[in-house]
Amino acid sequence: MTTQDLFQETITALTANKARSGLTMLGIVIGIASVIAMVAIGNGAQASISSSINSLGSNLIIVIPGASTSGGISAGFGSTKTLTIADANAIGQQVQNIAAVAPESTGRQQVVSNQANTNTTVDGTVPAYTSVRNLQIAEGAFFSSEQQASLAKVAVIGPTAASSLFPDGSDPVGQTVRINNTIFTIIGETVAKGTSGASNQDDEIYIPITVAEQYLSNTLYKGSPTVSDISIEAANGDVMTQVQNDITALLLQLHGISNPSNADFQTLNQSDLISTVSTITGTFTLFLAAVAGISLIVGGIGIMNMMLTSVTERTKEIGLRKAIGASEADISNQFLMESLALTLIGGITGVVLGFAIAFGVSLTGIVAAQVSLSSVILAFGVSAGIGIIFGWYPARRAAKMNPIDALRFE
Amino acid sequence: MIEARDIRKVYHTGDIETVALDGVSFTIKDGEYVAIMGPSGSGKSTLMHILGCLDTPSSGTYSLDGEDASELSGDELADIRKRKIGFVFQAFNLLPRTTVIRNVMLPLTYANVPHEERERRAREALTAASFPEDRYHNMSNQLSGGQIQRVAIARALVNDPTLILADEPTGNLDSRTTEIVLHTFAELNEKHGRTVVLITHEPDVAAHAKRIIRLKDGKILSDEMNPRPVKAVIPPGESTS
Repeated sequence: MTTQDLFQETITALTANKARSGLTMLGIVIGIASVIAMVAIGNGAQASISSSINSLGSNLIIVIPGASTSGGISAGFGSTKTLTIADANAIGQQVQNIAAVAPESTGRQQVVSNQANTNTTVDGTVPAYTSVRNLQIAEGAFFSSEQQASLAKVAVIGPTAASSLFPDGSDPVGQTVRINNTIFTIIGETVAKGTSGASNQDDEIYIPITVAEQYLSNTLYKGSPTVSDISIEAANGDVMTQVQNDITALLLQLHGISNPSNADFQTLNQSDLISTVSTITGTFTLFLAAVAGISLIVGGIGIMNMMLTSVTERTKEIGLRKAIGASEADISNQFLMESLALTLIGGITGVVLGFAIAFGVSLTGIVAAQVSLSSVILAFGVSAGIGIIFGWYPARRAAKMNPIDALRFE
Repeated sequence: MIEARDIRKVYHTGDIETVALDGVSFTIKDGEYVAIMGPSGSGKSTLMHILGCLDTPSSGTYSLDGEDASELSGDELADIRKRKIGFVFQAFNLLPRTTVIRNVMLPLTYANVPHEERERRAREALTAASFPEDRYHNMSNQLSGGQIQRVAIARALVNDPTLILADEPTGNLDSRTTEIVLHTFAELNEKHGRTVVLITHEPDVAAHAKRIIRLKDGKILSDEMNPRPVKAVIPPGESTS
């Protein structure tokens, strides 16, 4: 029997009972489509979380103040004011392989423009902040070292804060705002970064840290000239651990702490954060794929069930074919080809549907699903495998049938 | 030429032995028209299976054109059926949802005959079986009983077999259609020189053959020439039904 004959037999057999072939295929279609869509959604979620972590800056290490303990009750990390500008300067001068250091002092302030007023985050920092935190300027410029040194009362505004303060949409650059009774001139506007977790990075006003210290210390610092955190950009990804260890050692020494477990600060490493998140999202993706994979196996069993029914129904046909000279291989190939055709057609439809679901999910804007080639290849390979594995037993049963019994079958 | 020598077939069901054929011997020469007759239980179905290479004897030898078919495996039997035997069964002769011409071509697909040759040979066989040409592309389930048997006869012919083996081919047909089918067999035998073996339990049908072998209890009761075979007459106006 030639391959062409085999194809023709397969088409005849599958079109003879279109509804049944279609329903059987549906199991595979749903299985394959859900594997592809689920993996795509998982990958998309992972990519979007990683990219929002990356938007904080690259090769970033953040030092935050430690927990304050009052009568044995810990108030949690960040609750004390132990970090100073002097610490930041020492890190910049003494730790190797550092690209930039940016301390910042943040606090909520009531800000007033000539049009409106709003409560937003005022962030006293240094020019290096733009490179450390990957902050892009849409218009104007970030303040310079000279402006910082000369205590220039200038501000750079985030787009969300800008639209709150200038609801008429006028260009904020060049206008003035009043923060805690001090007039600041806006010299730049940042590019929107989107939210990162709970904080909206676009709802901020950046001013020189020296100016913040001078004019806003009564509200920002509540007395002592400390910083909220120090961001450090390592020279490259390979030196992250060394930089982090050196910073810890240096700060322990500066703060006169001998036991590292009593440290009054904590260092956060961005790559640790990304790898933790990747592990979580990876597990999540695997879980989704496993659930989808189960539906694929159920689909495969559906194929086997249909093929077994079909073999029984066509017992007489098999007997007739054998009587006129079909070999066991001829019969076996015919049934294997039918189950393979069902799974492959179902597989292709499933891949298309999987892409469509991924595209539809992306359109909703919740997550940008990314279809990975490996999941398509895997799903396709699995479907072909299912066709052969679940088709093999029914095909063998057909091939082994005794033509005399098959012809007599009622 | 077909040679059966001392064929025995014993079935075992648990501890019980059933002897279906008990030392059957005969020779059928090319071009003979033989009816094998007997009541149910006489062993004629078992003999049909062995003659048709669907089964092998427990002992004794059976050969087709000098080719021994007594001790072959399933696939070897299938191969010999493909080359040397054309079957016409009582029922379920044709593949459903398949055209007449494709049904007739089916043995050729298993015999790996080239595509361009298949249709030509199928048309020749259908002509020899007097099947009307305007229905070659009808579906098999759109045919009458007589037409189905003619297509089955054409399919049996298409591989140019040594033997056309018909198992109760008229069992499901009315008397008029029976005449048509028997007429077709007679023509094949006389005009085309085909060897035809007809298995039947009806004396009326067997009377059309030139030689009649009677079986009883697994043994040959008689094996004699039929001096005056009945001539099948096609009823008027029904030549194509």
